[in-house]
Amino acid sequence: MAQYETVEVTTDLLIIGGGMAACGAAVEAAYWAKKNGLKVTVIDKAAMDRSGAVAMGLSALNMYVGIKDGENTPEDYVHYVRQDLMGISREDLVYDIARHIDGTVHLLEKWGLPIWKDENGAYVHEGRWQLMINGESYKVIVAEAAKNALATMGDDAEIYERVFIVEPLMDGDRVAGAVGFSVREEKFYVFKAKAVMPLMGGAVHVFKPRSTGEGLGRSWYPPFNSGSSAYFTLRSGCEMTCQEVRFIPVRFKDAYGPVGAWFLLFKSRATNALGGEYMVDRKEELNNWKPYGLAKPIPANLRNYLGMLDVNEGKGPLFMRTEEAMKKIIESVPEGKERKKKVKEVEAEAWEDFLDMTISQAILWAGSNIAPEEKPSEIAACEPYFIGSHSGASGAWLSGPEDLSPSDYFWGYNRMATVKGIFCAGDASGASSHKFSDGSHVEGRIAAKGALAFIMDNNTQPNVDMAQVEELKKKILNPLDLYEEHKAFSDGDVNPNFIKPMQFMFRLQKIMDEYVGGVSSSFTTNKPSLDRALELLAFLKEDSEKLGAEDVHELMRCWENVQRMWQAEAHARTILFREETRWPGYYFRADNPKMDEQNWKCFVNCRWDPGTGEWEMMKKDIIPLID
Amino acid sequence: MPSYVIMEKCDGCKGQDKTACLHICPNDLMVLNKDTMKAYNRAPEMCWECYNCVKICPQQAMDVRGYADFVPMGASVVPLRGSEDIMWTVKFRNGSLKRFKFPIRTTPEGSAVPDGGWETASDDIKSPLLFTEPGSLGLSELSTIKK
Ligand SMILES: Cc1cc2nc3c(=O)[nH]c(=O)nc-3n(C[C@H](O)[C@H](O)[C@H](O)COP(=O)(O)OP(=O)(O)OC[C@H]3O[C@@H](n4cnc5c(N)ncnc54)[C@H](O)[C@@H]3O)c2cc1C
Ligand code: SF4
Ligand code: SF4
Repeated sequence: MAQYETVEVTTDLLIIGGGMAACGAAVEAAYWAKKNGLKVTVIDKAAMDRSGAVAMGLSALNMYVGIKDGENTPEDYVHYVRQDLMGISREDLVYDIARHIDGTVHLLEKWGLPIWKDENGAYVHEGRWQLMINGESYKVIVAEAAKNALATMGDDAEIYERVFIVEPLMDGDRVAGAVGFSVREEKFYVFKAKAVMPLMGGAVHVFKPRSTGEGLGRSWYPPFNSGSSAYFTLRSGCEMTCQEVRFIPVRFKDAYGPVGAWFLLFKSRATNALGGEYMVDRKEELNNWKPYGLAKPIPANLRNYLGMLDVNEGKGPLFMRTEEAMKKIIESVPEGKERKKKVKEVEAEAWEDFLDMTISQAILWAGSNIAPEEKPSEIAACEPYFIGSHSGASGAWLSGPEDLSPSDYFWGYNRMATVKGIFCAGDASGASSHKFSDGSHVEGRIAAKGALAFIMDNNTQPNVDMAQVEELKKKILNPLDLYEEHKAFSDGDVNPNFIKPMQFMFRLQKIMDEYVGGVSSSFTTNKPSLDRALELLAFLKEDSEKLGAEDVHELMRCWENVQRMWQAEAHARTILFREETRWPGYYFRADNPKMDEQNWKCFVNCRWDPGTGEWEMMKKDIIPLID
Repeated sequence: MPSYVIMEKCDGCKGQDKTACLHICPNDLMVLNKDTMKAYNRAPEMCWECYNCVKICPQQAMDVRGYADFVPMGASVVPLRGSEDIMWTVKFRNGSLKRFKFPIRTTPEGSAVPDGGWETASDDIKSPLLFTEPGSLGLSELSTIKK
């Protein structure tokens, strides 16, 4: 076996991930843990300053309610999310985030995040809920606050960067910690904890991306989040929810630059190649998806769907009419000096939107000599992603807060999963969409407080079976051993004894793309296709034991792809179980093409049983919190 | 547009135990070749072109070239990140140039105070109030719903 030293770390609270939710968790945990003499440990596979989906920066805080100024109420936010997700949302969780969010935004501002202000000192809104920021250093600032908070704990707080977490450790029905390895040193880590927060983001590259050459990594969602959260919660036996609710954003084509500022701030239209406006021309179609299709704002998936119908009918490509929008803005200002200034201002705003969060779009525009004031730019649907914090909803099924949740949604501690001691937030928590970056941060805070309350009530160190750890170590390092053993047999990566992680990923992506409604099947699937996918995934799962890794970087790639594979299976099984089409712009069940409020206005949850290895599928009631 | 290292400029971060680009890449792509003491991107097709390596390199030895499979050649987008703002130079394929400068933060580096100066109103770990609330909300109490 590869010679990896085993390093044991014992802590009270283990926060895994260093992204928005984890940084929120760290800030909040530091306060309560210090007060109660508890220890906190944070682990990130990368460097917290620039890890996760906000690594590059962002150009907006997508969630602000504005309670203190009477702009909106948490109830308004619940209405918005319920409507956007076609009725499927945990209103207790959404309300909970909405009532806390403003406090986190005010903190971000104090920490140094530049939030745009108007001449009266009020925040500049991009849309009803979104605030404009100069967000290049958003993640740097958030990580700084987290680190500063942990530093107040002295030796009672530790941060491990460049440690990749694979599996949970269990003590009967309670979580006991996690294991993983350093991607820098030959160390195998065993973290023992009283409560664990798997906050490792969502998943990308489960489906084949549109670009498969050098641009393979240019997915909208960052290629470094591989479904580690879903894997961790599934493997520990947590009930999962909304695994069918993937997200497909419509973005500028190929480089996937943001469209939010164009639609919301600049009020741009989107048209097909013939100039037709699908949101107007296809209005009738919305009747098929009522009540959600007829209420405002029209859900993201339905807006996608209307555009897709145009493309499928041969009316593509679709365009963002930037030239029209800019003309309108510019002409609203009197000619002369003022107008010149306005042109400069709008131009800077448009480019900053890309430079703050999708720099590749700036390169694509520059490389294609695009002047947005002169001609429109192509937009297109990306590929499917798993991001429970955005407009998808996949994640773990969690307890809500005691003062809000109906009894079916409350089991002792806010944000605890159905396995004792596991707490989730951000992309890891399900059925509470539209929390975005700042909502993930505040949900991390909420969950950390819940986890520490759990520790106070269950203040014993769970038992870790070291024989089980040894077995896990052998399994996790196996790709290195397998490669070493067989590498001399053939002349390179083509070897009958192992499969390299990249080809393994391609095999997964091909299955998902062709049978589970990826780009090349126009996001459409049916039961026979899903059955076939599950058959092929079963082979893939067997072959995952034959993954081979040349070095520790590839070892990480191996496990990332195993994690993706588990996310894929949960997804395929849930789509199969839900016999209707509810989110047609995200996926279409061709054999059940209609929405069925009677039978399917419910959550679909699933659970993999670690004891038997069987999957259980179940329906869960939607209990509205407000009218 | 994957990142690349300009060989002439890279000094391997002077042989320090942590090179800047290796330290920062969120996808673990940068590697230091110990023989040449130059860094390289080991898997350009897994690059998100987040530019973090470019922004952090002390020698300005890193740049990005548009993804070869869909970006026409000839453009460049180059950042210069200071402690308060970032300057971008965008060069178009047709040679025209645009420059933009945006603020990146309003406080000195390292100075973020975790509680922002707000206190909690309740030290009860079971209360729904977070450690800066209700002060940070700008309200006297947290919203709730009568069950
Ligand atoms: C392209 C894009 C644009 C967006 N735009 C906006 C916007 O304008 N405004 C807005 O508010 N929100 C936006 N969002 C949403 C926002 O980024 C997410 O809601 C938020 O980052 C979710 O937080 P998280 O903590 O769950 O995940 P992340 O912030 O992604 O954090 C995941 C963390 O887990 C770590 N990790 C992953 N796997 C492992 C492992 N196995 N072991 C250890 N660590 C691991 C990662 O390194 C990372 O630190 C955008 C998202 C994307 C992808
Ligand atoms: S940060 Fe720059 S100088 Fe340092 S190793 Fe990387 S490319 Fe070379
Ligand atoms: S651009 Fe980002 S993903 Fe690409 S090598 Fe640099 S730091 Fe890594």
